[in-house]
Amino acid sequence: MIPMDHYRSTAHELLEKISAGQASARDIEESLKARISQTDPRVKAYVRLAEQNSSDCAGVATKSGPLAGIPIAVKDNICTEGIETGCCSKILGGFKPPYDATVITRLRAAGASIIPSKLNMDEFAFGSSTENSCFGPTHNPWDLGRVPGGSSGGSAAAVAADEAIMALGSDTGGSIRQPAAFCGVVGLKPTYGRVSRYGLIAFASSLDQIGPLTKDVHDACLLMNVIAGPDPMDSTSCSSQPPDYTRSLVQDVKGLSIGIPKEYFVEGMDPEVKEIVREAIKKIESLGAKTKEVSLPHTQYAVPVYYIIATAEASSNLARFDGVQYGLRSSDKRQITGSKLIDMYKHTRGEGFGPEAKRRILLGTFALSHGYYDAYYLRALKVRTLIWRDFKNVFEECDCLLTPTTPTPAFNIGEKTDDPLQMYLSDVLTISANLAGIPAISIPCGFTRAGLPVGMQMLAPAFKEETLFKAAFTYEQATPWHTMKPKL
Amino acid sequence: MSLSKETVEYVANLSRIELAKEELEKISKQLESIIGFIDALRSADVTDVEPTDHIVPVNNRLRSDEPRGSLPIEKTLANAPHKDGRFFVVPKVIE
Amino acid sequence: MNYEPVIGLEVHVQLKTKTKVFCACPTEFGKEPNSQVCPVCLGFPGSLPVLNKTALEYAAKAGLALNCTVQKYTKFDRKHYYYPDLPKNIQISQYDLPISKDGYLDIEIGGRTKRIRIKRAHLEEDAGKLVHHENASLVDYNRTGQPLLEIVSEPDINSPEEAYEYLTSLKSIIQYTGVSDCDMEKGTLRCDANISLRPAGTKGLGVKSELKNLNSFKAVREALTYEIERHEQVITGGEQVVQETRLWDEKTGRTISMRTKEEAKDYRYFPEPDLPPFEWTEELIETIRKTIPELPKARAMRFMKEYGLQEADAKQLTCSMQAADLAEKTMRAYPGANKKTVVNWLIGPLASEANARSLQWHELGIKPEDLVELIGYVDSRQISNLAAKAVLTEMIDTRRTAGLIIKDKNLAQISDESSIEKDVAAVIAENPKVVEDFKSGKSNALMFLVGQVMKKTKGKANPQVVGDILKRRLQNA
Repeated sequence: MIPMDHYRSTAHELLEKISAGQASARDIEESLKARISQTDPRVKAYVRLAEQNSSDCAGVATKSGPLAGIPIAVKDNICTEGIETGCCSKILGGFKPPYDATVITRLRAAGASIIPSKLNMDEFAFGSSTENSCFGPTHNPWDLGRVPGGSSGGSAAAVAADEAIMALGSDTGGSIRQPAAFCGVVGLKPTYGRVSRYGLIAFASSLDQIGPLTKDVHDACLLMNVIAGPDPMDSTSCSSQPPDYTRSLVQDVKGLSIGIPKEYFVEGMDPEVKEIVREAIKKIESLGAKTKEVSLPHTQYAVPVYYIIATAEASSNLARFDGVQYGLRSSDKRQITGSKLIDMYKHTRGEGFGPEAKRRILLGTFALSHGYYDAYYLRALKVRTLIWRDFKNVFEECDCLLTPTTPTPAFNIGEKTDDPLQMYLSDVLTISANLAGIPAISIPCGFTRAGLPVGMQMLAPAFKEETLFKAAFTYEQATPWHTMKPKL
Repeated sequence: MSLSKETVEYVANLSRIELAKEELEKISKQLESIIGFIDALRSADVTDVEPTDHIVPVNNRLRSDEPRGSLPIEKTLANAPHKDGRFFVVPKVIE
Repeated sequence: MNYEPVIGLEVHVQLKTKTKVFCACPTEFGKEPNSQVCPVCLGFPGSLPVLNKTALEYAAKAGLALNCTVQKYTKFDRKHYYYPDLPKNIQISQYDLPISKDGYLDIEIGGRTKRIRIKRAHLEEDAGKLVHHENASLVDYNRTGQPLLEIVSEPDINSPEEAYEYLTSLKSIIQYTGVSDCDMEKGTLRCDANISLRPAGTKGLGVKSELKNLNSFKAVREALTYEIERHEQVITGGEQVVQETRLWDEKTGRTISMRTKEEAKDYRYFPEPDLPPFEWTEELIETIRKTIPELPKARAMRFMKEYGLQEADAKQLTCSMQAADLAEKTMRAYPGANKKTVVNWLIGPLASEANARSLQWHELGIKPEDLVELIGYVDSRQISNLAAKAVLTEMIDTRRTAGLIIKDKNLAQISDESSIEKDVAAVIAENPKVVEDFKSGKSNALMFLVGQVMKKTKGKANPQVVGDILKRRLQNA
């Protein structure tokens, strides 16, 4: 094989080539760089591309470990020591973390190299299209006029465009799965607590999880094997050791009981998406799984609950961006409050946050403020319990659930930017998994007539990622979707 | 519920975000429609339902009281927009 | 009309852990600015808190010592306000489920015991420090994240004296548990006070002022006294007290309104999502309870019973645990039956030595057996009381034993009559007039003669022995 083609490969293919002496860390890096410089001006998956030149691949070449020689692309909200990390927000401009996120430490220890340019995202992961980035939108590799989804749009687009071998994203309400579906790649949101959040710049602490975006299920297992596991720096990380996920890479769904929640085939869903997912259900039945219709009766409340809890936590987590220790400090000297300090806060945050960040901070502050807490925040926590119970009940009668990942395929850039509520509704099928803390995967399951990828989502009980990997792998190996590449 | 501009201003002040006049108008309208949508929650029956504030079960995760190294001062102050010696600098607090 | 003050105190004590409450930074006092900080206590993006086990246990221990109930379920909440000493603009604290609540503290006031209820004691993180310059403020985050226990009393305190007693007693109890130094000078104990007035005998609560900048227990007492008078004047002048925060100005002895545009407080508390709740087992609570030593009040009672001490002495000896330990060990080591002798030494000379050095007596480096040895020399009349005090000073300064010092300085009293006889004879021969005065009944004359003998022996003769010999000789002459 011509070395310059390495970028097209999956990580497990490259690892084989490396061990066979057919590829080196440097070859892979060079190949990827060439690809990025060729296609990224159109896709715009990466931000701060100039950082590419400070690559540490030379040092990596000698490393060993399960991901030795594999470059990893990282979403801009995961801290990398000395490498600018800014959540694609003006307010963090220039911020170079003094430490690595735990997932980065683990990846380095596994021999992987970290690509020093970060992946584009909606500012602070607030969005479903990657249009809310201070660097401008990323373009969907399958149709450059469309969004890649979000907020991990840069991660999904980079993997789909072969500009990354594998990527890290984060998922608070669908931010890995929805862009994975829009871009035709595999995306996993692990169980809450399975992957350390230490070093993930928090959006909503009780919902956020870091997860893999990869070209196939095998790679997702490889990446999870490295990043999952207990972390003494994250009190919410689960203290049990994760299994070897590659052991789930068997083609066997015989007897697997799959629930099809009726509430997930909603009014207004794109008929093509519905049809493609129905086909996928038939396919997986033909492979030996049993399916049955189930009900998650509180699904209708998921979006409102999410937009209270997520924004309340976000308003709190983002209070620290105030211009004192890092990032932007406004040079605006206008006096508006009579206190230079308060003016500094207000100017800095007024200038530094984009419109969606402001909306969410205000909404979250409102939900927590005096007089509204019980009616909004506390009520949302109670309904969260109901949603959690729905899953608990349904998993007593089936092993996992299968749904579309999104109600529509990728929409046009600019289509929903003026209507935040419509944008919020594009997360309707992914949000519940975060509220319930359970794992969920999106894998490609077909294409629309216009050639846009469609994703199906599978959900399992907490800490049953293996069930998802096994079902997803079986389906994937029996279908051609994961081998398809966009024309760029 | 309807959301008055005063409420948005109050919340913006609590959040320390300066909003230009047009921005305030626009955001107030958007928030009003979002809150209108969120108000669907009122129809949920939450009688005797406990709130879920942590999705993970109690895990009694504690750290032993052993000191570890702190950051060197260069790293602590590396990102500071305004520093003086070993300090971060802010506009005078008491005026 | 008579008014009754209603006072509530909020006391913050810094727990004496080696590391901060949510990160592993050290908590040493007086280090270079921003030298004890890390991404967690700086609130850097992406950092997460992890609770210090010792901080949690110390907080529970202090609560138990204050007769509080440790709640089964401990959770943390975020409190929001913007201030540069608070790096996240969030303080991790506890809102509706403090570690412990519903305790009390008994104080002695005007010869009777009064119970002051404690509403709650909760764990939270401390803020940093600001240094104000001409045009800017400088921020030091070393103190950020140090563990604080906030102890809130019910408004059961009705006078500045009661407040003073409450604080003294609280400090003493917390110090006994060993979880905090409670040193106001180092800021490891801080106090804010709420005060309002109501017509005597009524139940309601008046408009309160919140007093800050109270840097000593004395300041608390004085500020409350001032504030009661101020409230009284406002009310009797037919005006309304304004609810506000006021600063105590030590120099002028007045409180001053902060005059800030006070924003309505809307702290937006909600459960800290980064810290899962902690569930206590009965066993763990009992294990902690067992580490609480005998507390000052119980110890004073026992001292009275076991060593026959007066109440005032017993109270003084037990105000700090280390002092009480030294006192008890000394009393036990002392072979004499009357322990009052030891007590007199402790609250007399030893306390003066400690005061002179701004220390507590257990910090003087005097061991119980050393003190007992010294008292023994006095009891057996081998040295005079006066000489013994000098020996004590020397013991503290040089860390040598009484025996060595007495020998070195040749301080032993001469009680041996034969060696004094010569000097007595000489004095009688040298002062015939005074001898006559004595014989004619002037008792002062004997004192003078004793003094002369003491002079000749350079103060080493036992004055009582000298007096005896003189009397015998003069009467027989």
